[in-house]
Amino acid sequence: MSLKVENLAKQYGRTAALNGVSLQAAKGEFLALLGPSGSGKTTLLRAIAGLEQPDTGTVEFEGEDFLKQTPRERRVGLVFQHYALFRHMTVEKNVAYGLNVRPGHSRPPKAEVKDRVAKLLELVQLDGLEKRYPAQLSGGQRQRVALARALAIEPRMLLLDEPFGALDAKVRKDLRRQLRAIHERAGVTTIFVTHDQDEAMDLADRVVVLNGGRIEQIGSPGELASAPASAFVFEFLGDCARLKGRVDGSCIRFDGFEAPIVNAGRATGEAEALFRPWETELDLEGKPGVPVTVHDILAKGAVLRAECRSDDGRLFEAEFSRDHLPPAARPGGRASLRPRRVFVF
Amino acid sequence: MADAKTRRRRWREPSVLPGFGPAFGFTLFYLCLIVLIPLAALIARPWEHGFGGFWHAVSNPRVLAALKVSFGVSLLAAAANVVTGLIVTWVLVRYDFPGRRLADAIVDLPFALPTAVAGIALTAIYAPTGWVGGLLAPLGIKVAYTPVGIWIAMVFVGLPFVVRSVQPVLQDFDAEVEEAALTLGASSAQRWRGVILPALLPALLTGFTLAFARAVGEYGSVIFIAGNMPFKSEIAPLLIITKLEQFDYAGAAAIGVLMLAMSFVALLAINAIQLFLVRRGAPA
Repeated sequence: MSLKVENLAKQYGRTAALNGVSLQAAKGEFLALLGPSGSGKTTLLRAIAGLEQPDTGTVEFEGEDFLKQTPRERRVGLVFQHYALFRHMTVEKNVAYGLNVRPGHSRPPKAEVKDRVAKLLELVQLDGLEKRYPAQLSGGQRQRVALARALAIEPRMLLLDEPFGALDAKVRKDLRRQLRAIHERAGVTTIFVTHDQDEAMDLADRVVVLNGGRIEQIGSPGELASAPASAFVFEFLGDCARLKGRVDGSCIRFDGFEAPIVNAGRATGEAEALFRPWETELDLEGKPGVPVTVHDILAKGAVLRAECRSDDGRLFEAEFSRDHLPPAARPGGRASLRPRRVFVF
Repeated sequence: MADAKTRRRRWREPSVLPGFGPAFGFTLFYLCLIVLIPLAALIARPWEHGFGGFWHAVSNPRVLAALKVSFGVSLLAAAANVVTGLIVTWVLVRYDFPGRRLADAIVDLPFALPTAVAGIALTAIYAPTGWVGGLLAPLGIKVAYTPVGIWIAMVFVGLPFVVRSVQPVLQDFDAEVEEAALTLGASSAQRWRGVILPALLPALLTGFTLAFARAVGEYGSVIFIAGNMPFKSEIAPLLIITKLEQFDYAGAAAIGVLMLAMSFVALLAINAIQLFLVRRGAPA
């Protein structure tokens, strides 16, 4: 294991930002810290970088006690959401900064610095912009400068704090792909903070889901989708609806119908089932299911989404591919709504 | 750096904000009334004996010596204020300590105090018989009634300008930029010199300019402590007053015009540097 965090806790006044967090990252792994704001993901990242001193716990990197080291000694590359570039320096100087501040004996000669900066700018596809100032660049370009600057010190770990949070959707997607490619080429252990589950699932080898300073689940994107550990994880990873029922073995019984439980194993009794819009069926009125009124059909990319409301006012959503919209799904009509399969936590 | 588009002179930018006409008209009228007309009157005044008279008035060695003292000591005072003002600002912004707000308010006192009061107070403590002057006298250092005294008075009145110019910039300085430098391996001296100071430079220059301008124009607090010895510790504004008392209005105006010209050139030069700095580090 290259990074080993154990039992990390950090208190701000009376609120716990981190509450006993333990995780490990293998060499070269791409880890995403996913969670809502206030879940402690940024605090965790800053503690690993050395910008935040945890109250208790340990951070070990390749056998070294990181908490005993200053941020300089840790030599990790950090990328911030708002770029944090040096405005009065050109792109070239920004990228070279980490090399130029090295003490005399370990500072590479000028020609080598220039050469490395040129290679890094090529890597982030900014060659030709060496002499520009940050103010003359777009947001996406600035973040790529920040990335090149962090990579210039040949970091032992690359840490990114919501790096694409301030960028628009198209640029985000572009940079996501570039970051993935850079990670594959450089092979450096990378930790990435985000509140966007798509981003986390898209980029990471493993995703750490945080909530209220605790880890809810650690797993590959596939594991998270197929076997969420808690209702929080399930809800955070996508839209879902809830329905009360009675667990009976691997099934849950509702009022006049039933559905299979994916994560079976709960004892018989009252429970709440969670299910996805794309695992929901709409049938004609009178069939088994929750009686609902279809309010609207929305086009959502490749799918159509039917917004329904039960008679007691709860909102349900059902998604269908464009070619398979059931006859019951027409605005204003009555229908029976039924989950195909559910999770019970 | 400015491309053709920004270099082209713009007269009026289309704007959704109303009131350009009246506001612009008022600005022009007001600037004329308050600044330009009085200055024009000053410039018109010294020529009653022709250029020869003007030249005679300003080429007097005593006048030249006074101008040298005024501008030279003002520069030194503004330079000192940049250093001390920066330290004071740093402490006020970066640290929390009991009485911080009080210290913050004290910075403004030189603004508020009548300059004559300040002058008398400074003279009292820096005179050879005063608290500080008494301590320095045995060491052979004379402050009051020398150019050093002028310098102290000018430092006193100039301090708030540097602090108030730099303070908002330092407060807004992005902590993440400093953290970025830290994780990249910069020592605290390197972060200070390479990252923080350049960001503060435009504001420091503004503070320097204001402190310098104030020092050049300072009269009240300086004359008490200066001793006003011709060729040594006599400032140009005092010479103007002296000439006015002798009803030599043309001569007084001549010195005034020369001071105006020198100040204008100095401010213009500083503004040019400022423009370069600001362009380079335009908000990202």
